[in-house]
Amino acid sequence: MLTLTGITKTFNPGGADPVTALAGVSLAIEKGDFITLIGSNGAGKSTLLNCLAGVFFPDAGSIILDGIDITALPEYARAAFLGRVFQDPLQGTCASLSIEQNLALAALRGKPRGLSRGVDPRDRDRFRQALRSLSLGLEDRLDARVRLLSGGQRQALTMLMATLAEPRVLLLDEHTAALDPKTAAHILDLTDHLVREQRLTTLMVTHNMNQAIRLGNRLVMMHRGRIILDVAGPEKQNLTVEALLTRFASLRAGDGSGDGPNGGADDMTDKMLLV
Amino acid sequence: MTYYAFIGAVEQGFVYGLMVLGVYLTFRVLDFPDLTVDGSLPLGAAVSAVAVSAGVDPYLTLVLAFAAGFAAGAITGILNTKLGILHLLSSILTMIALYSVIIRIMGRPNLTLLGKPTVLDAVTGLGLPAHAAGPLLYGVLAVAAGAALTWYLATRFGQATLATGDNPRMITALGVNTHTTIIAGVGLANALTAVSGALVAQNQGAADVNMGVGTIVAGLASVIIGETLVGGGKGGVGRAIVAALAGSVAYRLAIAVALDLRIGQLSVTPSDLNLITALVVILALTAPKMRAKITGRRC
Ligand SMILES: Nc1ncnc2c1ncn2[C@@H]1O[C@H](COP(=O)(O)OP(=O)(O)O)[C@@H](O)[C@H]1O
Ligand SMILES: [Mg+2]
Repeated sequence: MLTLTGITKTFNPGGADPVTALAGVSLAIEKGDFITLIGSNGAGKSTLLNCLAGVFFPDAGSIILDGIDITALPEYARAAFLGRVFQDPLQGTCASLSIEQNLALAALRGKPRGLSRGVDPRDRDRFRQALRSLSLGLEDRLDARVRLLSGGQRQALTMLMATLAEPRVLLLDEHTAALDPKTAAHILDLTDHLVREQRLTTLMVTHNMNQAIRLGNRLVMMHRGRIILDVAGPEKQNLTVEALLTRFASLRAGDGSGDGPNGGADDMTDKMLLV
Repeated sequence: MTYYAFIGAVEQGFVYGLMVLGVYLTFRVLDFPDLTVDGSLPLGAAVSAVAVSAGVDPYLTLVLAFAAGFAAGAITGILNTKLGILHLLSSILTMIALYSVIIRIMGRPNLTLLGKPTVLDAVTGLGLPAHAAGPLLYGVLAVAAGAALTWYLATRFGQATLATGDNPRMITALGVNTHTTIIAGVGLANALTAVSGALVAQNQGAADVNMGVGTIVAGLASVIIGETLVGGGKGGVGRAIVAALAGSVAYRLAIAVALDLRIGQLSVTPSDLNLITALVVILALTAPKMRAKITGRRC
């Protein structure tokens, strides 16, 4: 349903030190896929999600969503199809607006916004019900300003907001990385719950290999702007962290970009394995 | 201060109150420092003065001023969003250009309106004395504008405008083209400012191309004073708008008091007001930081 073909992106082209963040990425995402995306720092994961979301445009390649070419669609226009959660919990919500105002903004994602009332009182029940599923007591605080919430509460609210207007694809970029372990676990459970409940097609970046193996039906690994591993089904279910590290080391040695299998494995251990 | 000086200051507070609402909208809501107002205030005055002189109904000229001010603000918004020019510079460019435009509109740098009809005639016609009619009419207009702005910011589009100033990344991800909210918001702010200018011109009986100098600083001072008095910042939009109008009146009262001051041989003249206002704004902007430094805490 979402097909990326030959996506390339170079930052600072022709400048002093150009960075090729994406060196030809092709990926076919099926409806209902829950893909976990891993890779060492600077592999190009965020760049890939940003190209998908239209934050910037790829230098080459195409993005086709349900048969429609969205490669050149501006970010705000693409938002109609996409739900997004960022790493920074402060980025996903408006601090100066109330919880219900934030939810109302999210409920209208991709719809025209005219001069009718910003918060429709008839939506309040729906909002309360959604908030109740978070078990954070936010359902009784619809009028509270979001600036009063903790980072974890804000990220939970952002998860709700991203899924409120049923996105065709949900993009999560290390959305638990900035949280303490307990809160991160809560947000991850919530993610799993929401994705299953709504059967959302999801692309989730994580630096945690255990998470990547445990969640989702498909695991993709990137390295230096390329996809070097794409496993699904039983093969993914049976993966272990050790097996992943070994695969990564040999794949890296294979593409000739690494400084030896051990160096590669160390690189992964240092930068990704924050288990 | 005499009773008449007091009434006059309150009246001015309401007349300039519409401009202060505009400054609140750009500075506080959109986080867009907009100097266009220094040009859109005399623009509104010029449009209204020319129209009144041509026999147009004074109230109708407010609509014309609104439209002209909106266009000026929208141009600043377009320079910033579509052409990628820094917001502050965009607004300075429009402001400078407006100087020429205003003189074109009036055919000269100033235009007197003595003896011409004004919006006040409708009220004094009811038998009210002039000194009561002014504050009443301008007060009603300012409160109506404040209520309209409160309503606007509570609509779907208005909520998206609030979010544009607060978290543009988030609201873009929710499908809003922030170019649109910025152009409309800066346009509306300058529309309000131009209506304010039209009222000033009718009230003073003249429009002058230089009457807008320092508008942004007066507007900012009013917003800040209002927030200090009413506590607008942390409360909702409604409270912030009440604060803006209260701040406008308080600022004009403070000026009236300052003009009465006499230190030995030295007395404050109207031309000193820009300096005083600038000092007030500098103080208000730095006071929280200074306080934090003194008490050793971060703000
Ligand atoms: N806006 C940008 N400008 C310049 N270089 C960038 C920009 N964004 C990312 N990069 C570079 O592109 C590479 C890939 O970055 P990124 O996609 O953020 O990696 P990841 O999310 O996998 O850690 C990195 O080398 C990074 O420094
Ligand atoms: Mg990243």
